[in-house]
Amino acid sequence: MPAATLEKKSKRGAFLSLAGVAAVLALVIVLENTLDPNRNIIVFTTLKKGAVYALVAVSMNLLNGFTGLFSLGHAGFMLLGGYAYAIFTIPSAQRESVYYMYDGSAINFSFPEFFSNLFGGSGAGGAAGMVLGMLIAIVIAGLVAALVAWLIGLPVLKLKSDYLAIATLGFAEIIRAIFQWEPGGRITNGANALKSFPTFNNFNITDAEGEIVLRLSTSVCFAISALCIFLIVLLINSSYGRAFKAIREDEVAAEAMGINLAKHKRLSFIISSFFAGVGGALFAMYVNQVQAKTFNSAMTYELLLIVVLGGMGSISGSAIAAFLYVACGEWWLRFLDSEAAFKSASDRWAFIIVLAAAAAALTALLLWRRKRQGARKFSELWTACLLGAVVLGYDIYYAASGSMEVPFLRTGFRMVVFSVIIMVVVLFFRRGLMGDKELPARLRELAAFIRRLAAKIRRPSAGGGKPGAAAGKEAGGDE
Amino acid sequence: MSDKVLLSIRDLQVSYGGIEAVKGISFDVREGEIVTLIGANGAGKSSTLRSIVGLVKPRGGSIVFDGEDITGADTTGIVKKGVTLVPEGRRIFPDLTVLENLKIGAYMRRDSLQEDIDWVYSLFPRLKERSWQAGGTLSGGEQQMLAVGRALMSRPKLLMMDEPSLGLAPIIVRDIFSIITEIRKRGVTILLIEQNANMALQTADMGYVLETGRITISGTGDELLSNEAVKAAYLGT
Repeated sequence: MPAATLEKKSKRGAFLSLAGVAAVLALVIVLENTLDPNRNIIVFTTLKKGAVYALVAVSMNLLNGFTGLFSLGHAGFMLLGGYAYAIFTIPSAQRESVYYMYDGSAINFSFPEFFSNLFGGSGAGGAAGMVLGMLIAIVIAGLVAALVAWLIGLPVLKLKSDYLAIATLGFAEIIRAIFQWEPGGRITNGANALKSFPTFNNFNITDAEGEIVLRLSTSVCFAISALCIFLIVLLINSSYGRAFKAIREDEVAAEAMGINLAKHKRLSFIISSFFAGVGGALFAMYVNQVQAKTFNSAMTYELLLIVVLGGMGSISGSAIAAFLYVACGEWWLRFLDSEAAFKSASDRWAFIIVLAAAAAALTALLLWRRKRQGARKFSELWTACLLGAVVLGYDIYYAASGSMEVPFLRTGFRMVVFSVIIMVVVLFFRRGLMGDKELPARLRELAAFIRRLAAKIRRPSAGGGKPGAAAGKEAGGDE
Repeated sequence: MSDKVLLSIRDLQVSYGGIEAVKGISFDVREGEIVTLIGANGAGKSSTLRSIVGLVKPRGGSIVFDGEDITGADTTGIVKKGVTLVPEGRRIFPDLTVLENLKIGAYMRRDSLQEDIDWVYSLFPRLKERSWQAGGTLSGGEQQMLAVGRALMSRPKLLMMDEPSLGLAPIIVRDIFSIITEIRKRGVTILLIEQNANMALQTADMGYVLETGRITISGTGDELLSNEAVKAAYLGT
């Protein structure tokens, strides 16, 4: 029976996903202990930030993609989590210097310190107490965000679609303003940053002299993020998750089936905010400090972008898109922001070739899609032609000028490129990287596509060997 | 067929803002019966069903189900007591698989579902074939079967259907009605509203004609089929 085999396949998919995550985790541990951390800062920055963003994006997807509640308050919940974590973990000895503007802190309790002292102060027991305290503080960060979500959910969740988005966005801005407010300075440190709290580096295992024996900072960040995402996946596959999806699909029908709309929306909102709070704590640990102004609406938009790029309703989509986004933003597209990017003529040629290849691939992709969908969408043809012409024209001009400086590369250009990518995605790949499917299903589709393509190439008469074929292969995975 | 009254409606009034959709209707549904409300668009049929299942709160009157007053109770509690509505226009969950749709129908239950899933699949073998397909990819008739199957998953004592024949080919409508009789044989009481009066009255034990929020004619299915006024207004003969 096909149903049974499909069920088996999805079970195998779940098993493979777990194995995949374990393999990635192992790889991160190996990388962390073999690569020189000072020369590869960017790699570990990307991995840590990617893991944090993956968690927060997945939590946002739970709300926006799975329950169909369009909420834009995520930066606010991250802020709450980040501050809650920082306030409860700064060691008492550092409080004076952190809160120097306000003559010390109103709260003088630090979980890591408390448990570290409880387990013997120094040595292995103290370190274990430290770690336990940090983990408790992370959970508290989530709980604070969840509590606030419950409170604001009471009035706000009565709203629908865009009104809900506006209300939650407003909430996030209000939270940010409150945390910068002077009179609260003895708790929030006003507009100043909170720092000196334990970070991921505290997870590195050291020997008696303080030499690092085993680096775990990046892998612990990964592990916490993976664990939280795993919990969200369990929730989504439970009967609650089905109810969330039913609400997304048709509120009236869901209600007629006896699903309590208010209760389930609230549940989804609170759980999503809990994990956003945990993500906020992880984010604070990643940047080593917390400052309200970082958690602005631009951050929410970044997350929304990741969720849309990955596919609304796809967990693996959000996770993969988070890493891609962070890698592009922090690493791969950095060169777009520097004016003198090239040190040699070969660099310059490599840049030209990459740019031309990218333009050609995208053009081919658009043309291939147009062919597949019939000739209805003329706009795609024109976009493709325009794109190809601009990039080729620019290449020729640049090659002829012989300059080492790229005319339009300067601070901020990265964001222009980002915006263009978003527009392309929204126009042509509305369902994002994964649609609402997960990675195993997508890989199966891709494998089937490659098999078909291979069969076509083996019989060239059936239309293989065409120029679009190579680009088409790429498209199978992309759209 | 027992004489026990399962659902008793007295002087039910429903209004939206200032507009009165149902202006005080009373009728009974006895256990094991198929009862139909027929009437034109805007007669108040859907409003009656929606207020029974708690999707709209009635303005006045009482709804007693299985000896308990459920007037104005919330839908979750009413579904738990054993009343389920197959909504108008089917409203299946398009991006969920057939099986997931069925499981959501049983959302209020915490016991094993396998037996009921098997029963629904035996009533609608087409659904079994399409078990892993997204609901939205089914044909109209299959979607109606899914909507009925989904409602049956809650093990209702009273199954209410809002225009099950809407937009379906005549042959499919006949299938749906034969399945309705099949379901009744399993002890499920059925209250259905229809514009397709002919088919509904042939199947029903009791029928009520609703006109602008009031019951104007009532009787057994056969009586209404032979009633001149009903013939002229709803049967088109």
